[in-house]
Amino acid sequence: MPIDKIFKDDASEEKGERARMASFVGAMAISDLVKSTLGPKGMDKILQSTGRGHAVTVTNDGATILKSLHIDNPAAKVLVDISKVQDDEVGDGTTSVVVLAGELLREAEKLVASKIHPMTIIAGYRMASECARDALLKRVIDNKDNAEMFRSDLLKIAMTTLCSKILSQDKEHFAEMAVDAVFRLKGSTNLEAIQIIKKPGGTLRDSFLDEGFILDKKIGIGQPKRIENAKILVANTAMDTDKVKIYGARVRVDSMTKVAEIEGAEKEKMKDKVKKIIAHGINCFVNRQLIYNFPEELFADAGILAIEHADFEGIERLGLVTGGEIASTFDNPESVKLGHCKLIEEIMIGEDKLIHFSGCEMGQACSIVLRGASHHVLDEAERSLHDALCVLSQTVNDTRVLLGGGWPEMVMAKEVDELARKTAGKKSHAIEAFSRALVAIPTTIADNAGLDSAELVAQLRAEHHTEGCNAGIDVISGSVGDMEERGIYEAFKVKQAVLLSATEASEMILRVDEIITCAPRRREDRM
Amino acid sequence: MALAFDEFGRPFIILREQDQKTRLRGIDAQKANIAAGKAVARILRSSLGPKGMDKMLQGPDGDITITNDGATILEQMDVDNQIAKLMVELSRSQDYEIGDGTTGVVVMAGALLEQAERQLDRGIHPIRIAEGYEMASRVAVDHLERIAQKFEFDVNNFEPLVQTCMTTLSSKIVNRCKRSLAEIAVKAVLAVADLERRDVNLDLIKVEGKVGGKLEDTELIYGILIDKDMSHPQMPKQIEDAHIAILTCPFEPPKPKTKHKVDIDTVEKFETLRKQEQQYFDEMVQKCKDVGATLVICQWGFDDEANHLLMHRNLPAVRWVGGVELELIAIATGGRIVPRFQELTPEKLGKAGVVREKSFGTTKERMLYIEHCANSKAVTVFIRGGNKMMIEETKRSIHDALCVARNLIRNKSIVYGGGAAEIACSLAVDAAADKYPGVEQYAIRAFAEALDSVPMALAENSGLQPIETLSAVKSQQIKENIPFYGIDCNDVGTNDMREQNVFETLIGKQQQILLATQVVKMILKIDDVISNSEY
Repeated sequence: MPIDKIFKDDASEEKGERARMASFVGAMAISDLVKSTLGPKGMDKILQSTGRGHAVTVTNDGATILKSLHIDNPAAKVLVDISKVQDDEVGDGTTSVVVLAGELLREAEKLVASKIHPMTIIAGYRMASECARDALLKRVIDNKDNAEMFRSDLLKIAMTTLCSKILSQDKEHFAEMAVDAVFRLKGSTNLEAIQIIKKPGGTLRDSFLDEGFILDKKIGIGQPKRIENAKILVANTAMDTDKVKIYGARVRVDSMTKVAEIEGAEKEKMKDKVKKIIAHGINCFVNRQLIYNFPEELFADAGILAIEHADFEGIERLGLVTGGEIASTFDNPESVKLGHCKLIEEIMIGEDKLIHFSGCEMGQACSIVLRGASHHVLDEAERSLHDALCVLSQTVNDTRVLLGGGWPEMVMAKEVDELARKTAGKKSHAIEAFSRALVAIPTTIADNAGLDSAELVAQLRAEHHTEGCNAGIDVISGSVGDMEERGIYEAFKVKQAVLLSATEASEMILRVDEIITCAPRRREDRM
Repeated sequence: MALAFDEFGRPFIILREQDQKTRLRGIDAQKANIAAGKAVARILRSSLGPKGMDKMLQGPDGDITITNDGATILEQMDVDNQIAKLMVELSRSQDYEIGDGTTGVVVMAGALLEQAERQLDRGIHPIRIAEGYEMASRVAVDHLERIAQKFEFDVNNFEPLVQTCMTTLSSKIVNRCKRSLAEIAVKAVLAVADLERRDVNLDLIKVEGKVGGKLEDTELIYGILIDKDMSHPQMPKQIEDAHIAILTCPFEPPKPKTKHKVDIDTVEKFETLRKQEQQYFDEMVQKCKDVGATLVICQWGFDDEANHLLMHRNLPAVRWVGGVELELIAIATGGRIVPRFQELTPEKLGKAGVVREKSFGTTKERMLYIEHCANSKAVTVFIRGGNKMMIEETKRSIHDALCVARNLIRNKSIVYGGGAAEIACSLAVDAAADKYPGVEQYAIRAFAEALDSVPMALAENSGLQPIETLSAVKSQQIKENIPFYGIDCNDVGTNDMREQNVFETLIGKQQQILLATQVVKMILKIDDVISNSEY
């Protein structure tokens, strides 16, 4: 008796081995795709969008690459998701997490082929990841109490993060910048307060960190270009035509003179408003909405600097930085809190004029101005810097750090190997496989740098046999060396997130034994 | 296609356009239906139990769900076959009624169908099989009642409840933190439970999820959570002992419904209107202030000026709150929804202990917590997780756990899980079979065999030898006459489910058996399938 079709047309079902194979293949394809971008000598990818203009992005940031891919394979989507989460959570390690998950699945495939049940593999992986985490915890370095040491740790982390990015040429410069910016946040992880402004022109080395706040706007014509001891009123109010908002009101006149009269009244109203604003005793007025010529002129007459059309974030940030209150009515000048800063001036960066607020009351925010040859370079530089800032701000909260250059992987692999030897049952195969997957990361890093990975990893493994060894792969010199001496550090939080989410993702994919694809939703014919 | 002929040999037309329809009759119809039912059950079979595998479902828009919740799988599977749809219904009704055991019920039904097929091959009439199943299910349900145990807990000692919820959660992907999730579920249910009447209104528990953070950050909030923030970025982020004005009118100039025109033709009129407008804003804010509100929640937007005035007068406000949330807030805080400023009175204000705004992660996501509400016991389970898939799956898992806790509060009886109850029932049904004279005896025995398939599937999914394990447990149950031995899925080393703390609710199990039997009976009684071959 043939079984009737159970599913709708076009729906497909893949079962057991085939389903597992489909997801393994998909996940490994994704991991192989980003594999070549791993490490300081990793290569970049060019992404060309299919949209209008065929915009081009050049990057080696795993999350960015994966985000832009259109993927059909469900398992691959899981990996893309994992990398996105890694990006949101810690900001860096987006490539590593995908590569590790891919390696775990590759090993799992071999185990499945030798008739080990996926659930047994999952159990083994779980034990192994626990053990690996403990191994890392045992070897963390924590310089929380020593501010100077901690700062140098942060610098090294920033340099390690940046060395795999486009900024590697000037990594000292940018590392300094990132660390300074993060220290200004004083422990908060709100990266919104760090504003990154990109201006093409100059070289990457010309980028700088500014203590104050930079607003990408122009100062009204005829108004002072420089104000000392500024009192700032931050506002969100209509400064074009202040309409009467009572519903149904409209102007109906029967003669020209009346039009003129009403126009006069309107002007009077605006003048009143401006007067009220001026009565606050301010010398700088920043509005979210447009300021028309007439009020602008009035402000200019009063010698007040008026800045129009600052966007919402700009306003909020400015409110935050200068300590002012965002105002919309102006009847009680005595109780509105004004913002203060030492100096407002117009500065030139490249071709553009910007407004610079310095000496603000709350020095939390700062701006980083990036300079570079082209938009692509700037975009990539921004992504790299963002990664570094994320990692640093997370590290400020969780001050534990590790050595880099494949050192953590080797430490974990060693512990996991030992666990495999002690564990009875089929799980030990899975645990062993986990350690192999871990070693794949330094192998890939070496491979990408064009080094003899087999030789280096073997050497590394031998070195790690001695207790308390600091050996890792130094890609720059192409040899195994002491990571502590070379100052290659990584944040513990990043490594931990990589380990845990990669294990989780591979577990999620391993657990699947059937893929049911629904019929794609019929789109309306676009003809 | 069978045709009927009259005495002259001309065919009668019984079905309109009958050549275009396919028709299955008699034993063929039953076999086809059974095959379809079995196919659905086979899909779910590997998802049963703590070591069950997941299914990856790709929806029509390419979105992915990974789950092992039977009801969800079937719901999203987009089945076309009529009998398969019946199975989907079956799992759904178990979900509505009990909320858990949705996979088990389908596997059970599949096993019953498989056994029925074998009996059909022997030549037993489907109706007799159905009747036999009916008798057997009664025996099984009675036996469950007998082996069920009362289970003591109260508000202070809810550990047993947590244990039961953990059994439910252990088969889900969230089993990494099943302990904390189980505690959250139990606390949530206890918070809204009416222990006097033994009833729980699950509507009072809202399950919210937001992408980001870890699963461990999931929390239980004694209050309401809304995905909004204060209308002005500089308003206070925390309000103690809040008096809440719940408004459905905007902080904007009035908009009378009747059509009208206000003509401005002189400067004086312009001036007066302007003054009025300013006054109007002032009055609105003053009204709220006068009745003693310390927080305004509004369904509509605010004018910029009103917004600033509110902020200036130190009256925090939330705008654009949806209608449903507004009602929830009104119920929880004991306030009244006020449609006009004129009608604001102090009695109409809602009260809440703490209202606070909390921001998440490095992005600017903010949510508003309204806690310690005056009136009701409404709680919110707020789920955090790595990605959307995870959150959806956690939501489903929490839902299952909530249902289990509720069922336990309704009825304290439990049976032991891990297949122990099924094995015990199977033994009882098998023993009872001999007492029935007639053909039904065979059907009853078949039922007993079908009951065995659940522990069998459990053993299979856990990577154990199914037949060997099952027979060992069965003999152990008979030898020691204790119905607590089940399949040791987690490799703990004991078969005693009491020691492993694996419980299931009595009603859940009974319902499973009853529902599965009902559906199978229905399928067996179909002897003619007429379908349009076009589809």
